[in-house]
Amino acid sequence: MSHRESADLAFETTENLRRKRLIGRIFVAICLISASIGVIALIVLLLDVIYEAWGWLNLTFLTSPPSQLIEDYLPGARGAGIFPALIGSILLIALTAIFTIFLGVGAAVYLEEYAPENRWTSLIEANIANLAAVPSIVYGLLGLALFVRAIQLGSSLIAGALTLTLLILPIVIVASQEAIRAVPDSRRQAAYGVGATQWEVIRDVVLPAALPGIMTGTILSLSRAIGETAPILMIGAATTMFRPPITDGPGGIPIPDLFGPFSAMPMQIFDWATLPQAGFQHIAAAGIVVLLAVLLSMNALAIYIRYRYETKV
Amino acid sequence: MNEALVTDGITHDVTTDSASINGETILEAEDLSVFYGETRALNHVSMTIPERQVTAIIGPSGCGKSTFLRSINRMNDLISSCRVEGELRFRGKNIYDTDVDPVALRRAIGMVFQRPNPFPKSIYDNVAYGLKIQGIEDNMDHRVEQALRRAALWDEVADDLSKSGLDLSGGQQQRLCIARAIAPDPEVILMDEPASALDPVATAQIEDLIEELAEQYTVVIVTHNMQQAARISDLTAVFLTGGELVEVGPTAQIFGNPENQRVEDYITGKFG
Ligand SMILES: Nc1ncnc2c1ncn2[C@@H]1O[C@H](COP(=O)(O)OP(=O)(O)O)[C@@H](O)[C@H]1O
Ligand SMILES: [Mg+2]
Repeated sequence: MSHRESADLAFETTENLRRKRLIGRIFVAICLISASIGVIALIVLLLDVIYEAWGWLNLTFLTSPPSQLIEDYLPGARGAGIFPALIGSILLIALTAIFTIFLGVGAAVYLEEYAPENRWTSLIEANIANLAAVPSIVYGLLGLALFVRAIQLGSSLIAGALTLTLLILPIVIVASQEAIRAVPDSRRQAAYGVGATQWEVIRDVVLPAALPGIMTGTILSLSRAIGETAPILMIGAATTMFRPPITDGPGGIPIPDLFGPFSAMPMQIFDWATLPQAGFQHIAAAGIVVLLAVLLSMNALAIYIRYRYETKV
Repeated sequence: MNEALVTDGITHDVTTDSASINGETILEAEDLSVFYGETRALNHVSMTIPERQVTAIIGPSGCGKSTFLRSINRMNDLISSCRVEGELRFRGKNIYDTDVDPVALRRAIGMVFQRPNPFPKSIYDNVAYGLKIQGIEDNMDHRVEQALRRAALWDEVADDLSKSGLDLSGGQQQRLCIARAIAPDPEVILMDEPASALDPVATAQIEDLIEELAEQYTVVIVTHNMQQAARISDLTAVFLTGGELVEVGPTAQIFGNPENQRVEDYITGKFG
């Protein structure tokens, strides 16, 4: 064994190596196919929807109330579209955002910074994670029983926003907790070390550092909420509204009509899709394109915030 | 000074002890034991720390050095499993008395940590933070400059105080943290291995700085580096495993002629 012939030092590709390489290539191919199927399906879907909507989607569609007559949607006609539902969805999401930010961030700060570490706290945390997996229709039922009936808000904009808040709150809490947990402890200690109170540490150190993460989590949850149909269907949102949920405030300034009926884009799209008259599938497709555009802009905003701030922390 | 620590204004008798070397006693631990849950991290520690001197705490890893330091400004309060027995007196007042507000205490006892931990803010805002928190608003620019000068950082950063503290080098960051700690003018500065994450040049700068700081402040420094303790400290306390304070005395004596055999073994490198 002391002296090897150079022929023994085999560096040629062996049969064994060749086989391993082949397995490696097959694996890469499988991964590539899996990735492509998802992307291709999405692109085909998008192209199909845009193709269907082509020619029906224009500015008038965005600024007009809906109609039961397909002729009204034609270019140059009286004009019909998605306006009340678009405004309804935007107001619904804006209200939901306000409620979730306060409740979600408050709950996350409490759980991460104040709550004692005991069985109760871990029980609560585990159940918040479970709540995130509850089907949205269940939140719809809860919203119907609690906000529409018990508190007697009716099928109003605010009842819808509160129901969507319940739906996304668990996700926002978990995302905010993660963002808060990611703030290095050394920074909290630095603030405590110069005599900051716990509130000052949270205000000056924890929240500024956690905010980008909290914002991205919240916006992504909101973009899920804006496409939800089941919960607002349960609480009785209108399928078709001819006016947006806006009313005159003091001095004639238009303000959201919190306690009035509303429609939202998913409801309106659902309504169009079920109308028997030919041509309405194009109107539904145009509605879907508007909904997707709003949704993708929200996601883009979330990505922008993450990119803009997270690199600096 | 005691009034500042006490939220309800009650002060207690000031008893000074002259067991220390050249200087009034500012801190005094008596029978101090600290536990994390059931684990004992400090075992009946008694020692006095003189004013305006550098006191070094040395000992092997895990012997309770950081725990001792954190018990001086009650940073241990932030660890929920931590429990303290015995007394720790700051100018005669037991800081574990129920009427002592740990936030007020930390305003008199600053701290510098093992890893530089500046805030992700400008150099100016880093130094000003403690002042703002403590409600000191006047002469802010002057105070910030003073603190940066005392921390030997002014000359390097004076041209751009709006630069982020995170954009400084490691050694500069640590001096920024020192400036932040001394800006509100505490009486005591606690340092937990402040140079252990730094290169030799930055370490030497910090060591020089510590000696200067001792002209105005009481410095208590934890270090695992015995040469460093020998170079910069006036008084050295040696902790050994089990959270026991084995010997404390003038640095020259501890390193030259320790009384305790275990201390001699530790210092000559026989273990640890
Ligand atoms: N937060 C903590 N929780 C539980 N045990 C701790 C904690 N901090 C330190 N300890 C324990 O206390 C002992 C002393 O630790 P420490 O004071 O950090 O030692 P040193 O600074 O001398 O290395 C060690 O046994 C360590 O494991
Ligand atoms: Mg330590």
